[in-house]
Order: sequence, then C-alpha cells, then structure tokens
Amino acid sequence: MTCSQPALRVSGLAKSFTVHAQGGMALPVLRDVSLAVSPGECLALVGPSGAGKSTLLRSLYGNYRADSGSIRVRQDDAWTELVGAEPRTVLDVRHRTMGFVSQFLRVIPRVSAVDIVAEPLRRRGTDPLEALQRAEFLLAMLGIPPRLWALPPATFSGGEQQRVNIARSLIVDYPILLLDEPTASLDAANRDGVVELICRRRDAGAAIVGIFHDTDVRDAVATRVHEVVPPASSAGVSP
Amino acid sequence: MPDTTIRDTSSQDAAYNYAYLDEQTKRMIRRAILKAVAVPGYQVPFGGREMPLPYGWGTGGIQVTAALIGRDDTLKVIDQGADDTTNAVSIRRFFARVAQVATTTHTGEATIIQTRHRVPETPLTDGQILVFQVPIPEPLRMLEPRETETRTLHALSEYGVMQVSLYESIARHGRIAKTYNYPVMVNGRYIMSPSPIPKFDNPKLDRSPALQLYGAGREKRIYAVPPHTPVKSLDFDDHPFEIETWTECCALCGSTESFLDEMIVDDTGKRLFVCSDTDYCESRR
Amino acid sequence: MSAPLLSARDVGKRFGGRIACRDVSFDLWPGEVLGIVGESGSGKTTLLNCLAGRLVPDSGSVTYETRSAGSVDVHRLSEARRRLLARTEWGFVNQDAREGLRMGVSAGANIGERLMAVGARHYGEIRGQAADWMARVEIDIERLDDRPTSYSGGMRQRLQIARNLVSRPRLVFMDEPTGGLDVSVQARILDLLRGLVEGLHLSVVLVTHDLGVARLLTHRLMVMQGGSVVEQGLTDQVLDDPQHPYTQMLVSSILPV
Repeated sequence: MTCSQPALRVSGLAKSFTVHAQGGMALPVLRDVSLAVSPGECLALVGPSGAGKSTLLRSLYGNYRADSGSIRVRQDDAWTELVGAEPRTVLDVRHRTMGFVSQFLRVIPRVSAVDIVAEPLRRRGTDPLEALQRAEFLLAMLGIPPRLWALPPATFSGGEQQRVNIARSLIVDYPILLLDEPTASLDAANRDGVVELICRRRDAGAAIVGIFHDTDVRDAVATRVHEVVPPASSAGVSP
Repeated sequence: MPDTTIRDTSSQDAAYNYAYLDEQTKRMIRRAILKAVAVPGYQVPFGGREMPLPYGWGTGGIQVTAALIGRDDTLKVIDQGADDTTNAVSIRRFFARVAQVATTTHTGEATIIQTRHRVPETPLTDGQILVFQVPIPEPLRMLEPRETETRTLHALSEYGVMQVSLYESIARHGRIAKTYNYPVMVNGRYIMSPSPIPKFDNPKLDRSPALQLYGAGREKRIYAVPPHTPVKSLDFDDHPFEIETWTECCALCGSTESFLDEMIVDDTGKRLFVCSDTDYCESRR
Repeated sequence: MSAPLLSARDVGKRFGGRIACRDVSFDLWPGEVLGIVGESGSGKTTLLNCLAGRLVPDSGSVTYETRSAGSVDVHRLSEARRRLLARTEWGFVNQDAREGLRMGVSAGANIGERLMAVGARHYGEIRGQAADWMARVEIDIERLDDRPTSYSGGMRQRLQIARNLVSRPRLVFMDEPTGGLDVSVQARILDLLRGLVEGLHLSVVLVTHDLGVARLLTHRLMVMQGGSVVEQGLTDQVLDDPQHPYTQMLVSSILPV
C-alpha cells in the first residue's frame, strides 16, 4: 500500500486536557503520535482502555484541539493542515473529505431518520430526491425497517440510532473515514451489514481509521493496526 | 344670495396690527412658507401663535393667510365646500375687519382661498393661492407614533410603511378604502397629507396652476405644493387610485361632475344629493 | 469564498464606566453560522447591536462585503445607506417578536413591508409572496390577514423570521430567537431555522445563552465573559473540548436530559 500517497498523515501529535475546576490539572493523553493512512487502507487503533484511541480519533476530526504536532489531509492534490486551522478550513475538510462515525447519534428534534441520513449529501448540492433515494437505500441495507424512516430517531433503540448514524456518515463517499466503534451495540446480522459497507468503501479507495473492539470485525476490515500507548507508559518506554 | 364682492368700509381696528399678526411674526411665517415652497411636500416647523379661535377651527390656515394677505387681495373662505357655514363666515369677516380686504364667494374672483376639507370645483388659475387648514400634517402618524422616526422616514424616503397601510386596507376591504386625507407623493420626493379633502379632490392638486399652502396650527407645521408640481396619489399597480363616483346627479344644478353631499330632507328619510361646492352649484343654476 | 462577509476588528463599547464589550475581532464567511454564547450581561447583545449597526461602537470597526458595492464600513455609512442595507441585505430577528413585527397590521402586510419598501407595487404579487413565506414558516395561509396579536408566541416568531427573509438577505442577526418559548415550540423553530439557513445559504450571527441551540444551529462559537471573547472555535470543538475555565464551567453546567 505504499505505492500511493497517503491520504492522511499525522506526526508528533500531542493532546492533553486541562481541567480548570480541578485546579488546572493537566491530563496528558496523546504524546508524539505519528501515523499515515493511504487510500484503500484501514488502520485499526488498538490499545488498552483509556489509552486515548477515541481522543486520537476525535483529534483527527478536529473535534478535539491538538496541543502540538501536525495532522495533514490530502485534499485537492495538496496537504491541508488541521492543527491550528481556521474553523472554516476544518469545516471544508469535513464537508468534502473526511467523515466521522461516532458511537452516538446526535438527534435533531423533529427531523426524520431519512432526512438526517440524506442531509450531508443534500448539503453538498446533490438533488434532494436523489439524496433521499440514496438514504433509503442505505437505511434498507442497514436493516432499518421502512416504517421508521419517516420518524425522528429520538425514540429509536440504541442499535437503530447507531445504524442511522452510520448511514448518515457513509452516504457521502468521503476519501477519509474515521470510525469510532461503528458496530458496538449491534447484533450479528446488522454488524455484518456494517462490515460489508466498510469493506466496500475501503476497497473503493477510502482511507479508514477506526476503533473496533470486536476482533472479528477488526479482522474483517483492518489492513493494519496501530498501537496507541497510554501516555504514562509511553513516557517510560521512549528511548 | 350675497354672492357679489363686498368691501368692508369700516376702518381698521386700531388695537391690532394689520392682518392681526405683528410684522415679525408674519415675516417668520413667510420665511417658513418660502422654505416650504422651495422643498415641496416637506413639513416646515414654524412658531405658531395663539389665535382668537380654538385649535381645530383653522388656526394654521389663518396664520398663513394673515402672513400673505394685502389690501389688494380678494379672499374666499370655504368649509366643506360651502361659503356660508359658521367657520367660513367668521374667518371671512375676521379678515375683512383686520385686513380690510375684499371678500367673495366666487372662486374665479378670489386671489386667496382658505379652505377646510375641499378644493373648489372651478379650476384654479395662475396667481391664485389655496390655503388649506390641516388638523394632522404627518401622513405617517397613525403608522409611526414617534416624531423623530417619522422625520427620519421622510428624510430617507423610507415609505414602505405608508404602502403597508394601503396593503392592509385592500386585505381588509378588498380595495383601498381610504376616502379622504388620501396620501400623495409630491414631486416624487415627499409623501404628504393633503388634509382631509375627499380623494375626489386629489387629482386637482396635480400640476395645479395655483399655489397650495398647508397650515397646521396645533402642530405648527407649514408645507406647500408650488404651481405645476406633480402630485401623485399612492396606489398599487393592480389597485390603481380611483375617485368616488355617483349614480345620481346634483338635485339643484344637475351636475354629474362635482363632489356630492348626501342630504336627508324630510322625516321620512328622503334623500337628495347636492353639490358640496355651493359657489359652483349656484353658478350653474 | 473570496472575502469574509462581515469582519469585526477590535470592537469595543462601554456604557459610562461599564465595559459592555471589548476588543472583539472575527471574520464571518458566507454561509457560516456564528454563535455568541455567554451568560446574561456578558455583552453578547451589545456586540450584536454593534455588528448590526444599531449601536455605534466606541472603538474598532465593522466591515461588510455588499452584494454589489464592494466592502463598506458599517459605521461610516450614511444613515440612509445603513438602513437600506439593514432592510435589503440583512435581517434582524428579535427575541421578543413584538419588537420585530408591526402588531397593528396583518401578517401579510408584515411580510410584505420589506418588498414594498424597495418599490414593490403589485398587491397581488406582494400577497402571493407573503402567502408563500407563510407556508415556508409553517403558518396556515388562512391566517394571512390576521394580526400577529392573535398569534401564539411560536407563530409570531416564525412570522418575524418570514418578515426578515422575504427580501432574501445574506446576513441575519438573531438575538435569542427561541428565548422565552416552550421547549416543543423551540424545537420547531430551531428545525425551521436550520432548514432555512442551509437552503438559503444564509450567514448568521446568533446570540444565545442556550448551548443546545448553539450546538444545533451554529458552525462556530465565540464565548463571551465580562465583555471579552474568552474562547472561539468550531462549535463541537468548543463544546466537547472547552479550554477556558469559563467555557468549561458553562459546558459542565448543562443539565443532562
């Protein structure tokens, strides 16, 4: 996979949290993280609980603000730096290049499931009807019964909400995908649907970084693993 | 009817200056009038004086007339078109006494016509001055109570709100239901209240050869429409301005072209329509 | 994306000895929704009024990129041009709809006013557009000739939104647009605003003390405390990874549902 240029390149990334209510206590989470992901690769982040896998993923998406280091994204045949970037740069990258599947769906009052799914595509200027059809296709593929499509997902089960969330994130063919436990709380049948979708996107050339606790899922989708080391131990083992 | 020119031969009342107001006041009012003429439709504030009659009886019009009138003038005063109502008669007599001017009821003979709520039917000519008595000079007042704001709206020609009131009238009544004090645009710049004349009279204001002066005594404002100035009644493209029409003609003179008043003439409720302009009506009989 | 739509540079305003806002600078780009959050008295509304030309700041400048006349300094414009801008290219949604509406005239006249103010003189067309906007803000067209005095709070707010958007503004200022409304009514307005902002590619400066509203509607946030901006960034960044002690306190004060 080294023949093509990476789609995402991270070097020297550091992130800590300062909790002012705790007297300004600083909690270092990431230190000197470097990685690169090329199109067609799926990098699985592994490491013990609390190692900072989720923090890393959120930092890549710009949801958490990195302290230092570099996160560069390949866009329009050029590198876009996300650390310290203007909000509109980050929004533009999210809009066109990088999708994120979180564990939880942020429900929007009164908006139906199918509209929530179709929205990212519509926002990119796709014909509303076409966006709707694509949304329905994805919802069907992820096993959401059609009777639920027109309902706001606030009352859906956790698994249903998560699948709506996945459909929303996968409706746009983002060149880079970040997946935070996409199959948590899914039963086996639905999990297989999600795995198939991810594999398809990977094989179509998406660069994917994900956290997959389920080893079967990880084995099915990942092409490489990246070990995230808890900051305390990384300080100890650094040469 | 005493419809010929009468010259009051009694001498001037020695206790009063000529035309009642002192010369300084008249000069001040003339300056306001000049400014008003220079900026058609713009309301010029002036230092209104107490007059020997209550507000609402024409104090603004009287001050304008007093500032203009000279011994050579011939004055006509009408109230709702009539020369013989109390208000018209007393104002005419007032000026006959304090200014020794000739008075008349004939529109064609008058040099100054002070009026309340009408424009004479007989077309006015060059050199005549029409002085309107104005109760509320601000056309936007009912829509915008703040004077500071209405002044700004005039200054910036922000007249959307005036159109809003016409829209509202159509929405409520199916047509622009305003029948008097119908707002006009003067010279394409200022929206003006033509005083409570019927909208029937609005077309007479447009490019009139006479000078129109408007005096508001209570609110101390003077505004003007110089001769031959365009005056357009506001409307919508699909609801154009229209004047009142009658199916009847005047019961006295047979006119089908004048503004008619409805009169109930007996206890059984029998109705007649007669000209509101008495001079016009009498001249046709 | 060639130039920011609105740029504030070091905007400051004091009332007597009290500083209402100080040294506020930011760029708002076309299509962006900027939220200004902070508690009451933090200077949000003063800042909004300075940005919208309703208050003259003591220091700094506000620049706006007009549709056709290039960039203008909002506070150096003549009053005539500023007011023209305010009713053509801008909108302003007040928290109290009564301040933003003419309560004495019908809903249709309220919506039509901006059209008439720029010269629309065809009653049927004005009414047609008003009806169209009633539908877009989900008010029954049967109520077109009713006065807003007979409307509920939520309907009034939606009418105010329609009245502002009918002239197709590019920039809308909103001061707590859902403040003082029932939660269910709020949700409907938020949803409506979201759709309109996206569909019309509006730029918005939104003042709110409700972080939930901010999360739903805005792309970016500025957090104000005591008249100063203490933190700004992407909305999810500020809310999920707050840096400043005040922002952390604000975020941790949200009641979980």
